Amino acid sequence: MDKITQRVKNWRDNKKLADVIRFFGLFLFALIVFGLVLVIFGINPIRAYVDIFSATLGNSYGFTEVLVKMIPLTLTALAVAIPSRIWLINVGGEGQLFIGALFATWGAINFTDLSAWVFIPFLFFLGFLGGGLWGSLSGFLRAKGLASETISTLLMNYVAILLVSYAVFGPWRDLESANYPQSPPFPDAAILPAFFGSRIHLGAVFAIFFLLLFYFVMTKTRWGLEMRALGVNQEAARRSGIPVNRYIILLMFIGGGMAGLAGMGEVSAIHGQLRPSLSPGYGYTGFLISWMAMGNPLGIVAAAFLLSVITAGGDILQMTHRIPGSAVQILMAIVLFVVLTRRTGKGGKK
Amino acid sequence: MIGSFLTSFLTGAVHSGTPLLYATLSETISERVGIVNLGLEGIMLMGAVVGFVVTVQTGNPAIGLLAAALAGGIFNMLFAFIVITRKANQLASGLAMMFCGMGLSALMGASYIGSRIEGINGLPIPFLSEIPGVGRVFFQYDLLVYMSIPLALLVWWVLFKTRWGLGLRAVGENPTAAFAAGKNPYQLQYQAMFIAGVLGGIAGAYLSLAITKAWAEWMTYGRGFIAVALVIFSKWHPLRAIAGALLFGGAISLQLQMQAYGVPVSSFLLDMLPYLLSLAVLAIWGGVRRHAAPGSLGRVFQGTE
Repeated sequence: MDKITQRVKNWRDNKKLADVIRFFGLFLFALIVFGLVLVIFGINPIRAYVDIFSATLGNSYGFTEVLVKMIPLTLTALAVAIPSRIWLINVGGEGQLFIGALFATWGAINFTDLSAWVFIPFLFFLGFLGGGLWGSLSGFLRAKGLASETISTLLMNYVAILLVSYAVFGPWRDLESANYPQSPPFPDAAILPAFFGSRIHLGAVFAIFFLLLFYFVMTKTRWGLEMRALGVNQEAARRSGIPVNRYIILLMFIGGGMAGLAGMGEVSAIHGQLRPSLSPGYGYTGFLISWMAMGNPLGIVAAAFLLSVITAGGDILQMTHRIPGSAVQILMAIVLFVVLTRRTGKGGKK
Repeated sequence: MIGSFLTSFLTGAVHSGTPLLYATLSETISERVGIVNLGLEGIMLMGAVVGFVVTVQTGNPAIGLLAAALAGGIFNMLFAFIVITRKANQLASGLAMMFCGMGLSALMGASYIGSRIEGINGLPIPFLSEIPGVGRVFFQYDLLVYMSIPLALLVWWVLFKTRWGLGLRAVGENPTAAFAAGKNPYQLQYQAMFIAGVLGGIAGAYLSLAITKAWAEWMTYGRGFIAVALVIFSKWHPLRAIAGALLFGGAISLQLQMQAYGVPVSSFLLDMLPYLLSLAVLAIWGGVRRHAAPGSLGRVFQGTE
């Protein structure tokens, strides 16, 4: 008897396992609530879920497509997770993604005769720079005490999307693609290579690399320690000589850069040209992922996987049940509600 | 030519500014009790869709408007529960509300895309509206426009001249002290959030019932976030909000007029105007934020135990 209770206790004390179980438990709860919403709108939730999960997890094509969507989602989650280390709330992933794509497109259509070995690093650089500059603008406003980064990044999303529309309807419009507003196609050397006969592209390697780098910097270096100090008490950090403002701008730059890379990957590997329909809200979904994972790198992978399935599920619902794909945003919101209320409900950390 | 440009610019500014004024008043009330509501975008979407759907069904925009106001209030109760009772982070919860509003409104409105309604029409004031020039600029609007400025006055009066309003502001400044003075912070916050939701719902309904007279997915297009910037511009004051809403309504109207007159600038660049103006407003007025903002804005009242 004692042995069993001991075992149960051990099992309960196993925090990692408990975290995983709680994670899936919360997700299940969100699925049930969303199922009720579907019932209200006259949709059979069981059929809807069967359709979603069989199309995404039930065959290898669907599954690789989930992985393909995980690439931008991991990067946009990092775009939120990195600045969040010092409690900056970056909601500008969507705009930073668009500007990254815009910069990369500028490179791709102006330097058409580079070799792939030069071209692809160049595009990575441009994508990172574009998103980074867009993000650091909000960082600058915040560091100067002028505007909260939350509201400025939100507003800049709209500006970024309009800039891309301007480019593809105006100066960069490809005259050969008839009525579609899109840029000329990228030269072959500017298209990221894909693996395994699927659409999984080089961006995946970079997403994993930056995820590991993020983990390493946060846990093993002095910068990670300083940022933690900064996150706890800005005033104290400032007094002990940590350059707070520089960190704010830098982290917004790196975060924006991550989203910019996501945009560059989408425009180069998935679309092959700049289009206004570049992203189905990857930037916003990345925000959810980062909050669900609380900045934990493994958590980001798990949450990116789940939300990638949900994102793909939106397309499936649209096709099979004739409801708008954005309906799955309700499910995403419920997931975030559950995560947010659960954490503080336990009287725990912020 | 100049005269007609000016009249249509000014009337356009009033029309575009009206939903912004309702939204800004909503956010002002909410922030006065210490709660930043980024979910306003979602509330407006809910108001827009419910108002439109009910108007199509009943053929009566007044019932549609009422339903939208109620829907906004009820929808905001979800946000209130999450941030007041469950004490969750306000900014993240607000964004979750935005997602929820986007998805829910898309689902509700899907079969109403392309429906047509009579909508809310102008109610010219007799005699006054016939004065040449001035008449059209001042006296040919709908009821919601006429009501908006008295409403701002009412919000000001309630917040600054009544005991209840004093309680609301006290909670926003310092909930612990308000509690010590015998107020119930949670109750006051819930009451304020319901009213804020009602105003947000009306703001959204004005877009779908009076301006576009149609439903489109995500039709608020960031108006809710612009209102958040406007609150800072107006220094959390309902009367200054009138000027702010007119200024931004002017920016939207200018952009529409320039497109109508075929000014050779891309419409996409002109569309950026309100957002850029919001950013400029934040950068210029945001710096003095600390002096005018409610003391406990954004903080979670943890109770007094």
